[in-house]
Amino acid sequence: MFAGYSVNDLASIFVMQSFAGLILFSVFLLMALGLAIVFGQMGVINMAHGEFMILGAYTTYVCSQIFERWLPGLFGLYFFFAVILAFIVAGGIGMLLEWSLIRFLYKRPLDTLLATWGVSLILQQVLRSTFGAREVGVTLPSWMMGSWNLTDTIQIPINGMIVISLTLLITGGVYALLYRSGWGKQVRAVMQNRSMAGAVGIDTEWVDRTTFGLGCGVAGVAGAAFTMIGSTSPTAGQQYIVDTFLVVAFGGTESLGGTIASAFSISQVRSILEFFFNGSMAQVIVLLTVVGILMIRPQGLFALKVRR
Amino acid sequence: MFSLQNRKDILFFSILAVVLLVVLPVGLDAFRLTLVGKYLTYAFVAIGLVACWGDTGILSLGQGIFFGLGGYCMAMFLKLQASTPEATKSQSTPGIPDFMDWNQITALPWFWKPFHSLSFTFLAVLAVPTLLAMVIGIAMFRRRVGGTYFAIITQAIASILTILIIGQQGYTGGVNGITDLRTLNGWDIQSDHAKLVLYYVGAILLLVCMLMVRFVRRSKLGRILRAIRDQEDRVRFSGYNVANFKIFIFAFCAAMAGIGGALFTLEVGFMSPTFVGIVPSIEMVIYCAVGGRNSLFGAVYGTLVVNWARTSFSESLPELWTFAMGGLFIGIVLFLPGGLASLYRTHLDRYVDRFLSALSSKASSPTDEKA
Repeated sequence: MFAGYSVNDLASIFVMQSFAGLILFSVFLLMALGLAIVFGQMGVINMAHGEFMILGAYTTYVCSQIFERWLPGLFGLYFFFAVILAFIVAGGIGMLLEWSLIRFLYKRPLDTLLATWGVSLILQQVLRSTFGAREVGVTLPSWMMGSWNLTDTIQIPINGMIVISLTLLITGGVYALLYRSGWGKQVRAVMQNRSMAGAVGIDTEWVDRTTFGLGCGVAGVAGAAFTMIGSTSPTAGQQYIVDTFLVVAFGGTESLGGTIASAFSISQVRSILEFFFNGSMAQVIVLLTVVGILMIRPQGLFALKVRR
Repeated sequence: MFSLQNRKDILFFSILAVVLLVVLPVGLDAFRLTLVGKYLTYAFVAIGLVACWGDTGILSLGQGIFFGLGGYCMAMFLKLQASTPEATKSQSTPGIPDFMDWNQITALPWFWKPFHSLSFTFLAVLAVPTLLAMVIGIAMFRRRVGGTYFAIITQAIASILTILIIGQQGYTGGVNGITDLRTLNGWDIQSDHAKLVLYYVGAILLLVCMLMVRFVRRSKLGRILRAIRDQEDRVRFSGYNVANFKIFIFAFCAAMAGIGGALFTLEVGFMSPTFVGIVPSIEMVIYCAVGGRNSLFGAVYGTLVVNWARTSFSESLPELWTFAMGGLFIGIVLFLPGGLASLYRTHLDRYVDRFLSALSSKASSPTDEKA
């Protein structure tokens, strides 16, 4: 498969594809972070997670439209408002969902799957009725377009850089929240032993709600990032949901580091294979490999050692 | 002579048989009856899920895989029948399915060749889903992968299979699937008469499969399966090989789904990847959940009701239907985890009991006096 390429070509392909892989990694990681919080920490299978991402994407779209029409002077900065708004909208609706539905189902994880599938259908239809079934794209401000020429053959797109930095920022933020803040300590306490955490005075219901909201909010940010590299349609979330679940399961649900590592390896391998095979074969090979590895190591690559 | 439960089952089987074989064919026109026949093919998946999910607690989100494999096996046979050298003489290589010709494939691939034989096809409809389910089951249950992980991995396999089918257009027909199926050994399956026959074949096969599932559920095996659902570790510590029981029941349900898929292809006249992927797989679980995951009859009625509602709703109000479907999932999970069958259990069951015991006491009282 390497025949016909010079070493120089190969190096450029490698760099370009790795960078494309990094962008894929960013979307995967943002999606998977949210899911790792909701699924890994709370044990809720949220099939509507993809729709929360799309919710963020449409929020960004609306934001760009508003800035384009009424605040053209500030158009260059709309994306930052959009990211914050996407987080608030997706997180807020997530908290509403937790309050109205999820909290009744904590003891029945497989039923959360069915119920949230219903939620995802409803959200999809709401989006379709509001924005139409066709794909929409956002116009990027001029400073975000273009690319940075490293050499003659290697070009790094600027929007990709922004997506990657956004991901780093969010990941750092989530890490700090979960492992360095008092709230994060409460979250981990509730997840480990709900009744004991309640007994020492932690408001477990509030912790559940905010945790779920955080997971959904991060998915919304993933959606905002997603608009920079592709167009959005009401059903786009479904294409990512299986991949994301596999990323989380592959990394080991309890570990944030595992999620990062598995998102990285899956996206890189897929992106590099995509150049040599076609896209669908690359996806099949990666999915098969992941399923195969999960059969050998059912707890994921970076599972905590626990007595079972 | 029979225990109350057995008498009840006989009563319900008779009611279902009368509904499927008499009431529906008499009451519906040919078009509607064909639709019901299509719904019934989903019911094969649903009754399998009762044994697999309701009894054993294995939630598979990949039943579309097995449904689709059964359907594709049948479709390959029918496609070869439709691709005689005379019918395809305008192609650059006559005698192979049209989509292969469009994709510049000049010879029939090796895995298509056995599908010239009808008996091999029938065997494959059962064997291919069963074997794949066994492979998945052995790999997963031996490693004690269960619950949510199993659900997610079956989902991933469903998506892998869909991507493969769509990607390998030359061998599978791609997104369009295998279409334009006409005859089964010279018998025109598109005619009205054939549709009626196929409906009856499907209905009777469904009843037979239900008897088989009932046999498994009522046997000692069924009790072990329920024990696995409730306390898997205790069953294991009692010396049972839990994995083997799970592999068996998973493969058994896959075979049911495969039969349903093959019938689907025959009744509808095509097979495409839209019936293999994640969305149809989850919908099949929903049919079962709406009817009641612990009730065989519930699963069949649930499948019929949901599909009938979907068809009649989506004809007039497609938007509303998506909302209704979503609301249905949420409502069933929140308020009616036992599905429609639990409504029956709380409201009607005791009257049926009373009715049946009254019947039997009347029938047996003369002999009692003599004794």
